[in-house]
Amino acid sequence: MTAVAAPAATTAPTTARPSTGRAFLAILWRDLFVTGKEVWVFLAQVALQPLFMLFIFAKVLNAGGFVSDQYKNLLLPGIVALTAFLTALQTVSFPLIMEFSFTREIEDRLLAPLPTYLVAVEKLTLAIVRAILAAVLMFPIGALVLGGAAFHIGGIPLLALSLVLGSWAGAGIGLMLGTLVPPAKISVLFAVILTPLMFTGATQYPWHSLDSMRWFQIVTLANPLTYLSEAVRGATLPSVPHIAPWICLLLLALSGAVFSAIGIRGFMRRAIN
Amino acid sequence: MSVAVEVRDLVKQYPKRDVNAVDGLSFEVHSGEIFGLLGPNGAGKSTTIGVLTTRVKATGGRASVAGVDVIRDPVGARRMLAVVPQQTNLDRSLTPRQNLTFHAAYHGYPRAERNARAADLLKEFGLEEQADVKVDWYSGGMAQRLMIARAMMHQPAVLFLDEPTTGLDPQSRLFLWERVRELRERGVTVVLTTHDMDEAAEMSDRVGVVDHGKLLALDTPAALTHGLSGQAVLELTVTPGPADEPEKILAALQGVEGVERAERVGAGGPAGLPPGMAGFPGMPGGGGAPMGPPPGAAGGGVTLRLYVRSQPATLLGPVATVLAERGAQLTGVHIGEPSLEDVFINLTGRGLR
Repeated sequence: MTAVAAPAATTAPTTARPSTGRAFLAILWRDLFVTGKEVWVFLAQVALQPLFMLFIFAKVLNAGGFVSDQYKNLLLPGIVALTAFLTALQTVSFPLIMEFSFTREIEDRLLAPLPTYLVAVEKLTLAIVRAILAAVLMFPIGALVLGGAAFHIGGIPLLALSLVLGSWAGAGIGLMLGTLVPPAKISVLFAVILTPLMFTGATQYPWHSLDSMRWFQIVTLANPLTYLSEAVRGATLPSVPHIAPWICLLLLALSGAVFSAIGIRGFMRRAIN
Repeated sequence: MSVAVEVRDLVKQYPKRDVNAVDGLSFEVHSGEIFGLLGPNGAGKSTTIGVLTTRVKATGGRASVAGVDVIRDPVGARRMLAVVPQQTNLDRSLTPRQNLTFHAAYHGYPRAERNARAADLLKEFGLEEQADVKVDWYSGGMAQRLMIARAMMHQPAVLFLDEPTTGLDPQSRLFLWERVRELRERGVTVVLTTHDMDEAAEMSDRVGVVDHGKLLALDTPAALTHGLSGQAVLELTVTPGPADEPEKILAALQGVEGVERAERVGAGGPAGLPPGMAGFPGMPGGGGAPMGPPPGAAGGGVTLRLYVRSQPATLLGPVATVLAERGAQLTGVHIGEPSLEDVFINLTGRGLR
């Protein structure tokens, strides 16, 4: 008897010899399929919060005379950025926390014939796809609520690139949180992480408007969302003072890389004991 | 005979633990057999299965499944193996049928083939009627069947079943075992962990008993039970004579040729051999002491258990003679073979984990 024998001849022949690429695409297809199946849930998740924020901050407060007409133009790019960022983050973090604990749903994919880290990469990919869908959706919603959405054709490449990189950064943070936060602490995630992220990300105000509040301006620099908001604002409203796009793109790419690396490490720790 | 699973000097130490969860474990599973891995909770079974199914990183040693080194080539190993876990891990965003088809898609099966395989397996596992409902609606038994069907979608060479019948009703359990036997006929190697000793004895071609991360025994269930000292048990219900005492009868029976040991068990106790042939180390409170019945037990009969070396039936004559000489009345006889559970307790002790 040899120590390591070839598979027994009696076993059913494995007809399929899956490549890693096919396994990756199949897993991505599973997530897109489920997104499509629950498209109304997805829409509610991504659209409702921005819809209300636009309505209250730009419409209701404007009607009461508290904010100027100009503000709605400033707010929409920020909301687009916020939506992309949070959609990416939440697409990864919340399901992952559940799938690693209560439902164990991810196990079947962890046993698929592809390197384990690619299952995490798939999560990031899905998050970017969903975040961009959500961001694009914000323009018609903005136009509907505000009666017009500022748009600048020349800014489309910057808009697209910043949304991809910004979603990546959000997804990376989501992966990190999704593998670090135990399910019992899921409410802490909202209070301690999401809320500060939402309000220090230059979404409701251009970064340069904080010149008179230096300390807060510096705080916002620690939030990758700031660079996404500034880049989207720079792409759609070039006349409003904004952080230089190349700085934004560079820091978004850097955040994406760093948080994804930490997230993938966390994922590997959770997936393989 | 080729080797389906090979574990060699396997060591697993979890961080911040002093003791190795798996401590130099070695065993082989032959192709096409049903192999039972037995052991108390925390013995290292799940960790071993975890290493073999690429979910636990080994600290040392080697392990292979269907000839593929699971440590060096986990992706290759995943093509050869399938796992049915103890707790359901079905994809609840998908229907039962989609659970099967997506699993096959992960393993690279083209659409037509995965649909056909899913239809066949749903039928085979009696889930045809409920193939397109919500997975949440499934009972424990149905979920279990679906997970086995899913595991078979990519035609693995080795199937790992973790506590497969825990919490199943008798119908589901019988159905499950039928399917598992069929898989063996088709050449699939099955490795299962279980606490149910009767089941392990009935189902497994061979069993390995593991404790503290080490292999304590490995053989066919019959050989293991055969190897226990005092191969069989003769259980007698006796009404002692007027001036006699059970302890004295025991002493007399001890002298009968072929009797290894005699002890008294609870009067009027169950006729079947209770788990554990008492007297093994590890039991708090001095295991070997015969547990006497309350004085003046109802019916006046006491149950005496003789651990015998030869065929129990051949001792009936001599035993009856001894009893008759003392004026004791023999009112019941039960012949029992030691069970796998006795082997298990003998090897792993009675201490709680």
